[in-house]
Amino acid sequence: MTDSTTGPDQFTGPTPDNALRDADGEARADGPMLAADGTPLKRSLNRALRAQKLRALGLIAPLLIFILVTFIAPIADMLFRSVENQIVSETLPRTVAALDDWDGEGVPGDAAFEALAYDLTIAAEEKNHTRLGSRLNYETTGISSLFRKSGRGVDDIGEVHADAFADLDPLWEEAETWLALMSSEDYIADEAVWRAAKDGTLPPAFELRDGVATALPRTADIFAEFARVIRIEDEDSPATEEPWNIVYRALWSDLRDNPDAAQAFAGGNADLVAAAAAAVPDFPDEDIRAAFLDIDEDWDDHDVWGTIEAFSSTYTSGYFLAAADFQLTPDGIERQPEDQQIYGLLFQRTLFMSLTIMVSCILLGYPIAFLLSNLPLRTSNVLLILVLLPFWTSLLVRTSAWKVLLQQQGVINDTLVWLGLVSDANRLELINNQTGTIIAMTHILLPFMILPLYSVMKTIPPYYVRAAKSLGATDWTAFWRVYFPQSVPGIGAGCILVFILSIGYYITPELVGGTTGTFISNRIAYHISSSLNWGLAAALGSILLAVVLLLYWVYDRIVGIDNVSLG
Amino acid sequence: MASTQNGAAFVAFERVQKSYDGETLVVKDLNLSIAKGEFLTMLGPSGSGKTTCLMMLAGFETATYGEIRLDGREINNIPPHKRGIGMVFQNYALFPHMTVAENLSFPLEVRKIGKADREKKIKRALDMVQMGDFGGRRPAQLSGGQQQRIALARALVFEPELVLMDEPLGALDKQLRETLQFEITNLAHELGITTVYVTHDQTEALTMSDRVAVFDDGRIQQLAAPDELYERPENSFVAQFIGENNTLTGNVKSIDGQRCIVTLDHGEEIDAVPVNVEGVGDRTLVSIRPERVEINPDLGPDAHTLDAEVLEFIYMGDTFRTKLRTAGRDDFIVKTRNRADQVRLKPGEKIKIGWLPQDCRALDA
Ligand SMILES: Nc1ncnc2c1ncn2[C@@H]1O[C@H](COP(=O)(O)OP(=O)(O)O)[C@@H](O)[C@H]1O
Ligand SMILES: [Mg+2]
Repeated sequence: MTDSTTGPDQFTGPTPDNALRDADGEARADGPMLAADGTPLKRSLNRALRAQKLRALGLIAPLLIFILVTFIAPIADMLFRSVENQIVSETLPRTVAALDDWDGEGVPGDAAFEALAYDLTIAAEEKNHTRLGSRLNYETTGISSLFRKSGRGVDDIGEVHADAFADLDPLWEEAETWLALMSSEDYIADEAVWRAAKDGTLPPAFELRDGVATALPRTADIFAEFARVIRIEDEDSPATEEPWNIVYRALWSDLRDNPDAAQAFAGGNADLVAAAAAAVPDFPDEDIRAAFLDIDEDWDDHDVWGTIEAFSSTYTSGYFLAAADFQLTPDGIERQPEDQQIYGLLFQRTLFMSLTIMVSCILLGYPIAFLLSNLPLRTSNVLLILVLLPFWTSLLVRTSAWKVLLQQQGVINDTLVWLGLVSDANRLELINNQTGTIIAMTHILLPFMILPLYSVMKTIPPYYVRAAKSLGATDWTAFWRVYFPQSVPGIGAGCILVFILSIGYYITPELVGGTTGTFISNRIAYHISSSLNWGLAAALGSILLAVVLLLYWVYDRIVGIDNVSLG
Repeated sequence: MASTQNGAAFVAFERVQKSYDGETLVVKDLNLSIAKGEFLTMLGPSGSGKTTCLMMLAGFETATYGEIRLDGREINNIPPHKRGIGMVFQNYALFPHMTVAENLSFPLEVRKIGKADREKKIKRALDMVQMGDFGGRRPAQLSGGQQQRIALARALVFEPELVLMDEPLGALDKQLRETLQFEITNLAHELGITTVYVTHDQTEALTMSDRVAVFDDGRIQQLAAPDELYERPENSFVAQFIGENNTLTGNVKSIDGQRCIVTLDHGEEIDAVPVNVEGVGDRTLVSIRPERVEINPDLGPDAHTLDAEVLEFIYMGDTFRTKLRTAGRDDFIVKTRNRADQVRLKPGEKIKIGWLPQDCRALDA
């Protein structure tokens, strides 16, 4: 019997919760109630319940940890990835700094090209430039190949200066010279020890000589990077390799700006630098911008620089804008061109198709659940197994079955043609489009509608309908006014299950959806596994999550979430 | 009161049979006429077919054979919602998603009664069951007794001429049950509605009804007014089912009109009224109410008495209950009123017991 006068919420006995509530009430009424030992009743009750709560916590801890690791953490990571954008500022720090002064018109000045030469040399040596190229290619096509090409060509920049220094004094070609000039005494000593040991350990971390950074700022900067890259990439010390060409260019420009740099050095180093400083004005100049244009003319393109500038911040709204069919251009936020506005359409389609699937599940599932719940238990159990049958067949088997049934030369079309309902020339397109997805997904998700409906209907006692009829209601009125309202919680639960499952469904639309029947999740999967644009995938996923939460909220507003029952 | 001629019957079952499975008859040859305005109770042990009869009358079950008539009209093929019969269910069956007022409004709405009229009727019905202030509540916010009152009001609000109640008080505690019993009978008589009431509680049946139909095994065992049922049970089932009873088994020795002598299995002979024994030599079960047994009786010289030994004496306030060993049984009960001059027996005491012959009924064994 479902006499609801003593539902769980109406317990008035001394359950722990009620005791706490009562203790609260007492406290408000006339000061805290005291337990026998004089402590406030509420506190001693809390203490008594603490052990119980700890035990409960212990029981759920494994699940909690599991959920944290496999569910909460990935979602947090996804949300983070959808705005994270450190790659530009990490790979091109100097360029990004130099672009601060750029007015955004045309192409930036030589300082930016100079910085780019440094950054790109380092990135190319570390093989980071292709990653950055792919990242920026999402925003402006062509950047990927530009970066790849430039990474190969950038080590020629500064070659003129390297040659000039070598001509001036062959000592400049020696790695030892550079080591003595740039590194601190400590480092030289440590490095010597390391080189003698040859025990396969990493060389010591490079340290600049005092004063070099002020006397020769660019050289110090790039040489330190050179030492770092050599150490990490080659596990070697700068004592064994001649510096990159760009280091010579840096020294050239430093000495031109600061002819008195030799004062910062002592002994042989001072002489060497002084001689170089004296010769530098006669060295050939190399136009840095021309050098880049030589590598690739696209460096003269405003869009390339605009893109770098637009995505230079650590966090970006770019992925979300892209996911909403906007783009972050150098000139601000703009709508994507008409033919590239695909995500809005995909979201709409996903919502529309999920709703259609949900409605067809209700229409097909409600009568079945109604029938099942009115049958004797033994019969209904057998039939329930049939309802669950879709879960038992493998997806591939089912997919081939759908293909056999639904294709234009398939069973259904053949039958319709044979019956004369459609002509041979106008066979229905039932697969590889929206229709196919809707049919297949309805088939897959139907049990998720039937099961909650069935379990709710099972709890509706038959005497309500009898009572309604005895009160004069026709069969239909009795159903609609008395039975149906009581089955609404089951419909609610079924709808939420089916809708949320289908809005994120991936595999079936992929298999039977063709091009017009795919969901947003298929696009997300594409960005994760094919285009490798994880940021965009994360932004799309975040939007999907937000849409689901929003719909959930709307549902709660309209139907009420307590009005959902799984039985 | 009870008029049983078929012509005037408001509700009539004629040779009705019912089988659910096609193998066993749950109701066997039911013949019953109920007069207009009568309060008739179907009383019987669980599984005796009472609910089935009620459901056939309400239209939720179809009779396998026979005819059911309401106000002279055969209703076998009329769907329940067209029968206009009010019904109160054991579990109240108040619609949980509607308020009390909406529950009461439901039968009026389906009858297309206007809003103003509806409100008037709802108010009257709620006042009738003293629940006037509860129109806005949901059933879940009411106690069992309150729900029962609302269920009653809902069954009456559309002014049916016939109301069926299936163990409506079964789930309530004793005190509440007694109050409601009283209220229900009062209401039924005030409104002049015909009531068919189902219960397995004999006190309820005896106190409320004009007539009681005692059911067992799909048949009416006896249909009579409460006093007659208690005092003149027609067979051993009724005698045992209604009230407390001492039963002794034996064979009929002789019959002489309204008198017979029965030889008990233990050897003694007693006087009895032959009720449904056919002739001399029949097996019989004699029944004597505990309050009609006299201790150390003074019944005249040729009256039969039995020797008995007191086993237990129980003080019950208004009565004394004495358990005796007699005629080979040790569960013979005697009830005596607590009077000043009443002797209080002690266990082990040897006494004689006897009764007026008309208080001892020889029934089928
Ligand atoms: N819907 C049904 N299907 C099959 N058997 C039933 C059904 N309802 C009642 N019965 C059987 O009919 C008999 C009488 O039941 P019922 O009329 O409910 O008795 P009562 O109300 O006197 O307790 C019982 O044996 C019961 O098992
Ligand atoms: Mg019953």
